[in-house]
Order: sequence, then structure tokens, then C-alpha cells
Amino acid sequence: MTATVVRKRSALTKGQLPKFAPYIVLAVALVVGAAILALIGFNAFGWGIVSAILFAVGLVSWSGAVEGARKAKDKLATCLVVGAFLIALLPLISVIVTVLINGIPGLITPGFLGTSMNGVTGAFDNKAAEEGAPVLGGIYHALMGTIQITLLATVISVPVGLLTSIYLVEYGNDRPLARAITFFVDVMTGIPSIVAGLFAAAFFFAIVGPGTKTGAVAAVALSVLMIPVVVRSSEEMLKIVPNELREASYALGVRKWRTITKVVIPTAISGIASGVTLAIARVIGETAPILVTAGFATTINNNVFGGWMASLPTFIYTQILNPTSPSNPGPSDQRAWGAALVLIILVMLLNLGARLIARMFAPKTGR
Amino acid sequence: MTTNSLTTSHGAGRAGDKVFSGAAMAAGCLILAVLFGVALFLVVQAIPALTAPAADIQGGHGFFAYIAPIVVGTLIAAVIALVIATPVAIGVALFISHYAPRRLAAGLGYVVDLLAAIPSVVYGAWGAAFLAKEISPAYDWLATYLGWIPIFEGPASATGKTILTAGIVLSVMVLPIITSLSREIFLQTPKLHEEAALALGATRWEMIKMAVLPFGRPGIISAIMLGLGRALGETMAVALVLSSGVLTASLIQSGNQTIAAEIALNFPEASGLKVNTLIAAGLVLFVITLGVNMIARWIITRHKEFSGAN
Repeated sequence: MTATVVRKRSALTKGQLPKFAPYIVLAVALVVGAAILALIGFNAFGWGIVSAILFAVGLVSWSGAVEGARKAKDKLATCLVVGAFLIALLPLISVIVTVLINGIPGLITPGFLGTSMNGVTGAFDNKAAEEGAPVLGGIYHALMGTIQITLLATVISVPVGLLTSIYLVEYGNDRPLARAITFFVDVMTGIPSIVAGLFAAAFFFAIVGPGTKTGAVAAVALSVLMIPVVVRSSEEMLKIVPNELREASYALGVRKWRTITKVVIPTAISGIASGVTLAIARVIGETAPILVTAGFATTINNNVFGGWMASLPTFIYTQILNPTSPSNPGPSDQRAWGAALVLIILVMLLNLGARLIARMFAPKTGR
Repeated sequence: MTTNSLTTSHGAGRAGDKVFSGAAMAAGCLILAVLFGVALFLVVQAIPALTAPAADIQGGHGFFAYIAPIVVGTLIAAVIALVIATPVAIGVALFISHYAPRRLAAGLGYVVDLLAAIPSVVYGAWGAAFLAKEISPAYDWLATYLGWIPIFEGPASATGKTILTAGIVLSVMVLPIITSLSREIFLQTPKLHEEAALALGATRWEMIKMAVLPFGRPGIISAIMLGLGRALGETMAVALVLSSGVLTASLIQSGNQTIAAEIALNFPEASGLKVNTLIAAGLVLFVITLGVNMIARWIITRHKEFSGAN
């Protein structure tokens, strides 16, 4: 008896769409979508949208005809979920492309990173826009301001945040104080950034004098935003340190504070460091609190405790809203986008750094 | 009598313990003090604006006439953001937790988190320079064909710098918040519930409808509330995108204003009573977001107690 292999559709797979059905529908949808768009004026974005709708309608109705309503509903849900993801990608891609296209001309202008806006007036910008002279001015002062303000904010937030998380995990024991701190750290996470800025401004207005605007005020405002992030991430990391390590240390007669500084923190340091880096990445792009606390300077100011200070986000903001030359905003826009590109690169580097730190300093497991 | 050498402590060790635990507790108390300080200083600086004669406040009709329209504007922008972001965010969260191939899921989650990493001022610049321009033809279309609905009443803004554009930019900014929280909740769905549904012959969508969504509902609600808190307090996107004005019903004309943007636009040049007025506005914003966030936290903790999650 010779076994003849006959590919027959078994009863089990009857009433199902073939595996390649989505590809057929996709191809048809793309062709029909292109045809429709050709009638009303072609553009790639519209083509994508029309094709996606045609694909969903086609696949769902085909499935409804062959497989029944339940399967069709399932297909519809899948289309919607995947569609939602694609929609979410659109702004991300669009933002990054916009910043790259507009930012690169600014960034490659000679002196963009090395000069400040000191002495750059509307006259220079008019010249640049009308006669093609090089765009003068740069972001050196803003970059320095951002670095100093963020550094000071980190210096304030990290000890406070880390000690608080140590209190919550090691000493808290669910006491009323620990529960109150946990609750209010949650509340602090939700403070709008501009309110944090107003708080720092109001605080220094009351203590130092009305109109006090310096880098240090901005650093305090950023700390208000940064501390809860540091507390939450360090708390999570300290919690997952195995209790056996602490008990082994106690059994050797080591004091609690030595146990914490020599055993618990070194074990959790990778997570804590990456949490701190992510917190820095979060506050380095904050605009509103710096706007109301440090003002905006056009010159280099290396003293965080005196005088107005520029920062990258406020530089972008002011260059867009109040161009240096109101009649020719082009050069200002170019500088703003260049600064935006630098800012995004900084934030991405910090995010990447956080991941690297988490991997590099992870405790050796011996395996 | 001699003291047992085991019970005498070496001074240095005990002092170290005391100092360390004291410092830890002091840091915790400092946080409480700071938060108390936030409330206190805002209230103290806000009082002059609340007690000043009505004619001295900007607009000339007292603080409440000044704050009411921008509170409504803030709510409008936040509601637009949530209406757009919520369905998309839940879809993305489901995609990452239940649809994407498992190997890709973590990477895709990271891509969505990138949305949260982009600074708000960059979103503002993008909204003002790119989105507003690209979207204004759509507003013309809305004004022409749906103009009979009050919120789409024409003539549409020629620049596209409207509250609807600001709301769309805000929706992009709250999307990662709602997504990451919902994703966490969806991943916590008991595997047995899912498998039981599938074993009974449910399709994937039926399984999600019967097992995942009911389990995740409190989590989704609190994620939306936290997104709302962010949308209410977001400053730069609105300050850069919206060409502000008086309160208007139409979403596609220029007009309306939010509290945060009002503060950011006016505070740097403000002086005297104007400063107090803006700080009072900040206090109002603080109270609103505080309420929203506390409701969200309350839902989360209430959910924790009986769900067995965590």
C-alpha cells in the first residue's frame, strides 16, 4: 500500500482563513489605498492611514464571512491594538525627525557649543537672515547653567533621598512616621513642576528678599521634583536586598549602621545609581521651575548663588517665544532647535548611562 | 560589682548607630517639612492676592473672576488629552503585554518609555513648529463640515495654535504614564484566569475582555488619574503651543488658557501684586492636582488590599 500524501483541509481547520490571508489583504489594501489617494492628491501619511483602515475593514469582513462573528471580533481587536501601538510611534518618530532636521544646522554652526549669547543682538540676526552672514551666538552659557543647576540639585537630593529610603526600609518598621513619609513622597511625585518652581521662588522671596532669582533657587525647585524619584527608586532597590545578608552581618556582630553602609548599600548600589541617573534625566529637561526661579540670562554666569542664570530648556523657550530679532526669527529658531537637539542627546545619554550602570555595578552572583 | 564586658558598648560603634539612624530620620522629616513648606509659603504669598481689592487684580473683577476661566481652560486641555490618550494607551499596553512577541515586548516597552524621556519643552517646540502647521487643514475641514457643533465652531485658527493642538501634545506626554502603569497591571493578571478562558475556547480578545480587563480596571482608572495629574500641571507644551485668549467654547479657535501656562508666561516679568496673584493661581493648581493624585493613590491602595497583587 503506497501512502499518498494528499494535502486536504481537515475538518479541524475548516472554516479558517489561510495563514497568508493578512498578507493578501495588506497588499490589496495598499494598492487600493494608493489608487484612492491618487484621485484626491497623493501623500505618504494619508496613504498609510487609508491603507490601514482598508486593511482592518477587509480582514475583519473576510473573517466575518468565513469564520463567524466571534473570530471577526477577535481580528478587529487585534487590528485596533496594533493600530494603537503604531499611532503611539507616530509622535515619537515625528518629534525625533523634526528635532534632527531643524537641530543639525544649528549644532554644526561653528561656535555653537562654545559661545554665549552675550552681545548677540537683533542686528546680527537680521544680517544673518538677509545677507546670509553666519548665525552668531551659542548655548555655552545655557549648557553651563544647566550643568551647574542640575549638579547642585543632585547634591541636595541624593543624600536626602537616599537617607530617607534607608529610614523607610531599615528603621521605619511601618511606624506612623514612616507611613506618613511614604504617603507624602507619593504626594510629592504629583506636584506639578511649575508649582515646585513657585514654591522655591516664594520660599526665597520670603527668606532672602523679593525678586531673588539665582541658580540655587532653581536647584531647590528641581530638588523638590527629584527627591521623591530618588526615594522611590532607592527604596525599591533596598527592599530587594536579601535579608540573609543583613542577618549574616548581624551574626558577625557588625553594628547596624556598618551593616547598612558596608553590606546593604553596596549590594543595591547599581540600582540606586541608575535610579539617580534617571532622576537627573527627568529634571534636566524641566523648564517651568527654572523659568520662574532663575530667570534667563544671555551671559555666562558661573555663580549659582548670585544673578540670573540661563539653562538649556529656558534658552529654547525664550528663543522661540521672544526671538532675538523679532522681525527675523529664523536664526533664533535655528539656535533653539540646536539646543533642543543637545538637550535630547543629553537626556538619552543619561538614560543609556542608567542602563549601563545597572548592568556594570550589578552585584556579582558568582554564577 | 563589675559590669559584664558583653553589655558595655564601644562608644564609637553606638555613637555611629545613633548618628546614622538620626540622620536617616532627619532626612525623612525634612521631606515632610519641605512639603509643609510648599503649602505654607504658597498660602502666605497667595494671601495678598485673595484679600486685595477686586479692582487691583488683573482684569479688575477680583481673584475668582481671574482664576475661573483659566481653571476651566486647564480642565478642557486635560480632558482632551485624556480622551485621546486613554484608548491609545490601553491599546499599547495590551499590545506590549499580550500581543507582541515576547522577545520584542521589553524592547517595545522601552520605546514607549522614550516618549516619557523627551523633555516637555521639546514637545512644546514640536507642537508649535510642526503639529500646529500640519493640523490646521484638518481644523478648516472640521469648521466647514462640523461647524454646527459648538466645539468645532469656525472660523478655524489659521496658525493651528489652538487648545485642541495643545491637548493633542499633552496626550502624547501623558501616553507613556498611562501605558506603563496599565502594562504593569495587565502583566499581573493571574495566568490561571487567562488560561482557563482560553481553555474554554475563548478567542484572545474574549480572554482579554473576560480576564485581563476586569482584573486591571482599578489599575487603569488610577493610571488615568495619574495621567490627569500630569496633564493638569504640564506647562511648556501649552505655553508654547497655545495662542491664548479669553475662554471660548470652540476648540479650534485661538483662545483659552491654562493655569500653568499663565504662570509661566507672566511670572518672569511680574512684580508686586501680580506675583501674589500668580502664586495664588499656583496654589489652586496644587490643590487640584493634589486632589486628583490622592484619589488615584486611594484607588491603588484599596485595590491592593483585596486583589492579592503585590
